[in-house]
Amino acid sequence: MGSLFFLAGQSLRHRRGQTAVLVFGLAVPIYLVLAVNGLVLRYQDSLVRRAEATPLVAGGPGSRFDLVLHALYFRGRVPHPLKMADLAAMRETGYALPIPLHVRHTARRFPVVGTTLDYFAFRRLEVAVGGQLLQLGDCVLGAAAAAELRLGPGGRLPTDPDNLFDLAGSYPVKLLVRGVLSSAGTPDDRAVFVDLKTAWLLDGLCHGHADVTGTNTEAALLLARTATNVTAGAAVPEDTEVTPGNIASFHLHGDPADLPVSAVLPVAPDARSATLLRGRYQAPESTVQILAARGVVEELLGLVLRIKRFFDANALLVAVSTGLFLILVVLLSLRLRRAEMETLFRIGCARGFTVRLVGLELGLVASMALLVAGAGIAITFALAPAW
Amino acid sequence: MMISVENLVFHHPRSTFTLRVPSLRVGKGERVALTGPSGAGKTTLLNLIAGVLLADQGVIRVGGVEPARLGQAGRRAFRVRTLGLVFQDFQLLEYLGVGENILLPCRINPALKPGPAARERARELARRTGIEHRWEHRPARLSQGEQQRVALCRALVARPPCVLADEPTGSLDLATKTRVVDLLLEECAQTGASLLMVTHDPALPARFDRTISLGEGG
Repeated sequence: MGSLFFLAGQSLRHRRGQTAVLVFGLAVPIYLVLAVNGLVLRYQDSLVRRAEATPLVAGGPGSRFDLVLHALYFRGRVPHPLKMADLAAMRETGYALPIPLHVRHTARRFPVVGTTLDYFAFRRLEVAVGGQLLQLGDCVLGAAAAAELRLGPGGRLPTDPDNLFDLAGSYPVKLLVRGVLSSAGTPDDRAVFVDLKTAWLLDGLCHGHADVTGTNTEAALLLARTATNVTAGAAVPEDTEVTPGNIASFHLHGDPADLPVSAVLPVAPDARSATLLRGRYQAPESTVQILAARGVVEELLGLVLRIKRFFDANALLVAVSTGLFLILVVLLSLRLRRAEMETLFRIGCARGFTVRLVGLELGLVASMALLVAGAGIAITFALAPAW
Repeated sequence: MMISVENLVFHHPRSTFTLRVPSLRVGKGERVALTGPSGAGKTTLLNLIAGVLLADQGVIRVGGVEPARLGQAGRRAFRVRTLGLVFQDFQLLEYLGVGENILLPCRINPALKPGPAARERARELARRTGIEHRWEHRPARLSQGEQQRVALCRALVARPPCVLADEPTGSLDLATKTRVVDLLLEECAQTGASLLMVTHDPALPARFDRTISLGEGG
């Protein structure tokens, strides 16, 4: 057996180029099939786990997929946000604790999630470094976001502008990092959490600026002035950072009941309360939809799995063509190596020895391909986000 | 008697050629040159003696063993144990260095191991044929003469009692040819091995104990 390994090893080493091509040719389909399946299973598992941890999701009318993806994974925007009044009505039913979510902005491409401290308790998110949200303009970073942004408590994180060409739009705000959460292995790891009021500040619904009620205010900054009222124009420079010096100047405009939230997580104490709550919003004229997240995610996965079946069929074709390619390579190799096989036979090797030699070479090539594919899969899994 | 051939008839399966050898004997330790025109069947005869081909009629015995009566495995074991073969076209393994090509019979023979003794023996043969400095080189980097010397060393490394050489000096220059034949004769004399060597060189048979000439058709 030792001689067989020695000869096979020497032969493969001598034909380095061919061996490398064979290893690569085998490793790629193995990698593709296993990596795709592995990643699909992994994401499927994390999607289902997240959905199981969030029984109900509420939002405005529109696509149920969009709403669940938005509320659970902070992906995309929902077209119809709810109002704080809807949240209050939900609370008044007494069937659930409604946790608001307002996700419309990003900071260095990480979603900025406006919520209340109830969210952290509901998700069992703990602060690993620093502290919790204290005041307007504070943020708490998910573990992965903090690591990628290289930010910790005391750091400043500017939000991304909505639209560079919209001068009247909301301005980026420098958030103060108060703390970093422990890793949870969920989308929370890649989020920037702020207070709801801070989320509205990013929307431009809340802002701070210098006092314009004084008589020394430049007239160009004002649209109108009466004895009892001052109307400031867009020329008044807004504060882009909340500091101890200017925090008192921040204020909300409009009716607090009309302020938006993009989704709500109604946390019902038991299944009965959850059912009753859903019943309340079943009416066709209801402007609030309450969804069972698990059902929507499973429906979504059903669509994904149909696409995956197509990939599986492709993988089968790739496997068959790779197999045929290998058979061809082996046959050509045997033809090219006929003289070598004949020599081995003449000096005393059994025909079986030469067959075993070629078989062992193929086995070694397959093993190397598996190793390469395994390394590729390990790297892919290490680099791919956990959810 | 090391080799005895009686009433041999062999029809080549892919041609009309028929080899007939009424009688051929090579004694123990005897060194015999086998001559004859091209196509006379010299290489075929060596393959029949080695048990690579099987005769249609007649009896071949080597060291008292009749290879035709052995099974595949038996003939293979017989070749490993009894014969040292030198081929017309060297037949070296392109992926092994000179040293490993010489040691190849030791790798495939369960009774022999490519241990220090075999390695020393291989080095000694390489030294005597002037190819020791090429020990690590692959056959592709050797001249034809050097390749033939490697093939010769490979045939002799296991000290076989019988050496069958198929025109081993055909592609060598005069000096190398002399060196190779010297080594072959000397080695066979030292180990008491019988030698049956095919040659076309008219100057060589004189150095052998005896010459057997194979006519057209055997």
